Amino acid sequence: MDSALQAKAAKDLLGAYASRTPIPPLIETFTEIAFEDAYVIQKLQIDELLADGRVVKGHKVGLTSAAMQKQLGVSQPDFGHLLDDMFYLENMPIPMDVWLQPRIEPEIAFVLGRPLQGPGVTIADAIRAVDFVLPAIELVDSRIKDWKIGIIDTIADNASSGGVVLGGKPTKLTDVDLRLVGCTLYKNGQIVGTGANGAVMGNPLNSLVWLANTVGPQGVTLEPGHVVLPGSVTKLQPVAPGDTFVANWGVLGTATARFAKEN
Amino acid sequence: MAEHNWTVDSVATELLACEAERRDRVKFTDEWPELDVETGYQIQDETLRRRLERGEQLIGVKLGLTSRAKQERMGVATPFVAWLTDAMVLPADLPVPQDKLIHPRIEPELVFIMGERLEGPGVTGAQALAAVSHVLGGAEIIDSRYKDFRFLAGDVVADNASSGAYMTGPVALPPEMLDLSTEAVLVEVDGAIVDSATGAAIMGHPAEALALAANDLAKRGHAIEAGWVVLTGGMTDAVFAPPGSSVACHFTNLGSVYFNGGTEPA
Repeated sequence: MDSALQAKAAKDLLGAYASRTPIPPLIETFTEIAFEDAYVIQKLQIDELLADGRVVKGHKVGLTSAAMQKQLGVSQPDFGHLLDDMFYLENMPIPMDVWLQPRIEPEIAFVLGRPLQGPGVTIADAIRAVDFVLPAIELVDSRIKDWKIGIIDTIADNASSGGVVLGGKPTKLTDVDLRLVGCTLYKNGQIVGTGANGAVMGNPLNSLVWLANTVGPQGVTLEPGHVVLPGSVTKLQPVAPGDTFVANWGVLGTATARFAKEN
Repeated sequence: MAEHNWTVDSVATELLACEAERRDRVKFTDEWPELDVETGYQIQDETLRRRLERGEQLIGVKLGLTSRAKQERMGVATPFVAWLTDAMVLPADLPVPQDKLIHPRIEPELVFIMGERLEGPGVTGAQALAAVSHVLGGAEIIDSRYKDFRFLAGDVVADNASSGAYMTGPVALPPEMLDLSTEAVLVEVDGAIVDSATGAAIMGHPAEALALAANDLAKRGHAIEAGWVVLTGGMTDAVFAPPGSSVACHFTNLGSVYFNGGTEPA
């Protein structure tokens, strides 16, 4: 599709945030949209938000489980941007009036201590670059009506990003075998999902390597202090006002996301 | 009411024959709708009696359908208790005995070795955990004498809760060393991750499953004896392990259980 249509798609998505009204799938509105348009449309929105004063604080990787990739008919993950206003504090009420159709996923978060610049990043490079790991809960949302997303829609929509709650306990990679660390997800005190970090591409570090090598050729470096969310270990959980989610990561600690009762 | 001649005795005979001949069949409740859980346990006890009569040793119990993933898959909402004999043990480094099984599937499990006798009713999860001497990672190779694993509650209880074989892992830790609700397992088949879970998938904590077993067995006049092995139920949905495949269940603190899918039976 031409650049005018790409700009229109980006504008429609930014409009959905503002009006909190989901839009139809882009593949329905823009029939000539192709895979290579998706990241361009995502970038147009990010550029506009940065021009408004927002700051990139990291990235998220999505579609990292075999089940999700199968569902969307893809064989690789996707990524989106984490901006400074997408970080919510643990145990503090998360406002409900910023979402369209929120869901959550338990994840760990990598916090980088050194820059990572692909291509050519290896697992060894990635491990050296990670300062520490935090327990986390990712908030995802879709600007596409009823989450009716294909791969193009979700990539264009910043990989269905919403935000993140980070727990406060840092752990060094030397202290854990990350892929064998499990998570038990509680919703309002009841278990709604369990899994191990290895469910994320075999190892969440694989996801970090993929990200660095995917954005690197576009001139993007993962910077010290950046947060990378490598992918969920359980299925998505829908969010209603007043819900509280706790991700118990065992030795990594816990993260609590508390949603406000009303707007 | 449908005409049938099934009795506790004849169903027990048929189930043991299916097992011996590697033959699956349609569920009994198609012909005998009154085959409820209580009758299922009578059949299960009769098959145990015959297993012991032919020289097998009773070594413990297993629980089935203790995780929500399994309950949803099977459409059966309550856990069940069944018997373990020494004939069901698969020592480390032996392949899946395909020549003895109909359509085996793999479930990663947390396994208890009992330090003390545990007798219901009224046993709590905390009391149950205190009676455990060691915890191991393990894998159960479940099998069903029913076509496509299709059954109602009475059928699966009668069929010894789909028992097949089981293997235990390399590490035995006392329970005070572990938070079993956060102990995770990662299941690999041919090197690809197929599923994962934590111990909390088992009724919140596997000690709750052990308590349930003690309380259920009390109704049938039994206790869980010191030294017994207790399989607390599949943590994930059952996984296919075809002949020739390589399977690994990696636990956070309990080591890894490895086995080979075995060879296609002649």
